[in-house]
Amino acid sequence: MAQAQTTHATTEAHGGTHEEVGFPPFMTETFGGQLLWLAITFVVLYTLLSRLVLPRLGGIIENRRAMISNDLDDAAAMKSRAEEAGAAYEKALAEAKGRAQALAQETRAKLSAESDTTRKALEADLNQRLADAEATITSKKAEAMSHVDAIARDTASAIIERLTGKAPAPQKVEAALNQIKA
Amino acid sequence: MASPIEQFQIKPIIPVINFTNSSLFMIGAAAVIVGGLLLATRKRAVVPGRAQSVAEVLHDFVANTLVDATGKEGMKFFPLVFSLFMFVLTANLLGMIPGFFTVTSHIIVTFALAMLVIGTVVIYGFMKHGTHFLGLFVPSGVPGWLLPFIVVIELISFLSRPISLSLRLFANMLAGHIALKVFAGFVVSLLAAGGALTILAPLPLLMAVALMALEFLVAALQAYVFTVLTCIYLNDALHPGH
Repeated sequence: MAQAQTTHATTEAHGGTHEEVGFPPFMTETFGGQLLWLAITFVVLYTLLSRLVLPRLGGIIENRRAMISNDLDDAAAMKSRAEEAGAAYEKALAEAKGRAQALAQETRAKLSAESDTTRKALEADLNQRLADAEATITSKKAEAMSHVDAIARDTASAIIERLTGKAPAPQKVEAALNQIKA
Repeated sequence: MASPIEQFQIKPIIPVINFTNSSLFMIGAAAVIVGGLLLATRKRAVVPGRAQSVAEVLHDFVANTLVDATGKEGMKFFPLVFSLFMFVLTANLLGMIPGFFTVTSHIIVTFALAMLVIGTVVIYGFMKHGTHFLGLFVPSGVPGWLLPFIVVIELISFLSRPISLSLRLFANMLAGHIALKVFAGFVVSLLAAGGALTILAPLPLLMAVALMALEFLVAALQAYVFTVLTCIYLNDALHPGH
């Protein structure tokens, strides 16, 4: 303790004898010089920083920011382009599907219509022929039936002629035949 | 052995132009700032190296502090705030090197820097807002009978700003360096005392080492505090309405 105190005392004595006039930060005669050099230094520092260093530093940072945002924009544009392409593909696919379906439908309809008309034509043809044949049969039958009268008349006259030796009057034969037919 | 305040002595180098050790270290700080930043950014790399990263971090740090306090329009003061921050920080840190003079340990220097800030606030405030700037001292929504007191209080608080701004930095740097010197002096004294006391010498040495770390923190922190307060005061010049 005593030792420490003497050390302290000698320190003070030492400093005191050397140069001490006052506490350096409060020695007003140094203020002018400090202010002068502070002003010079700070003005130069401010000028160099604001004209040279900060534009360069800010430029680097701004440049990087612009580059990053450009890249992000590019990426977004590419993504949207890819999405568009995907959508276009989906659309084309859907259209193609629709067209294929329509084509199939159309073809089916056309084919069935064709076969329908062919069948109808065939049927009509067949009906026509059937009707023709029926008409032929009817006419042939009528014709034949009309021949039956003449044959009966001829046959009756021939039989009577053979039996009696003389040909009967055609009016009488006709009348007799008509009597029998009725 | 030298007294703990001997390190704050102003010593003339070229007396004719008042060039002293203080002037030398001011110029040294400015040279370190400008030279260091130019060297760090010389490649202008998109992907920064270590030095450029540090420069960019300092830039963004000060810019963010300023924008947080004042908004985007405060960026017109960016060169000033950046210069102040870098000057105070570099001067503080240079002072940590043994044997180097600490520019910011002199009240006249810190006071001049504080007056620069307050002067900027006052001049810009009046230029931008005219007499509207005086609205700074008249908070809205105060009852009439209370208004005179409030105005006086606001006025005193405004006038004390340059004093508190400069004293805080000055006192921190001064006290830290004195404390370091005192503990370092104990080491020498104890060693010189001989005998049992010599054995105790490592104790103040440990203390000096711990104080050294603390002083590095204080050097950076006080530069930051000075910058933050500068930004807050500049905000008053930009937006005087409360």
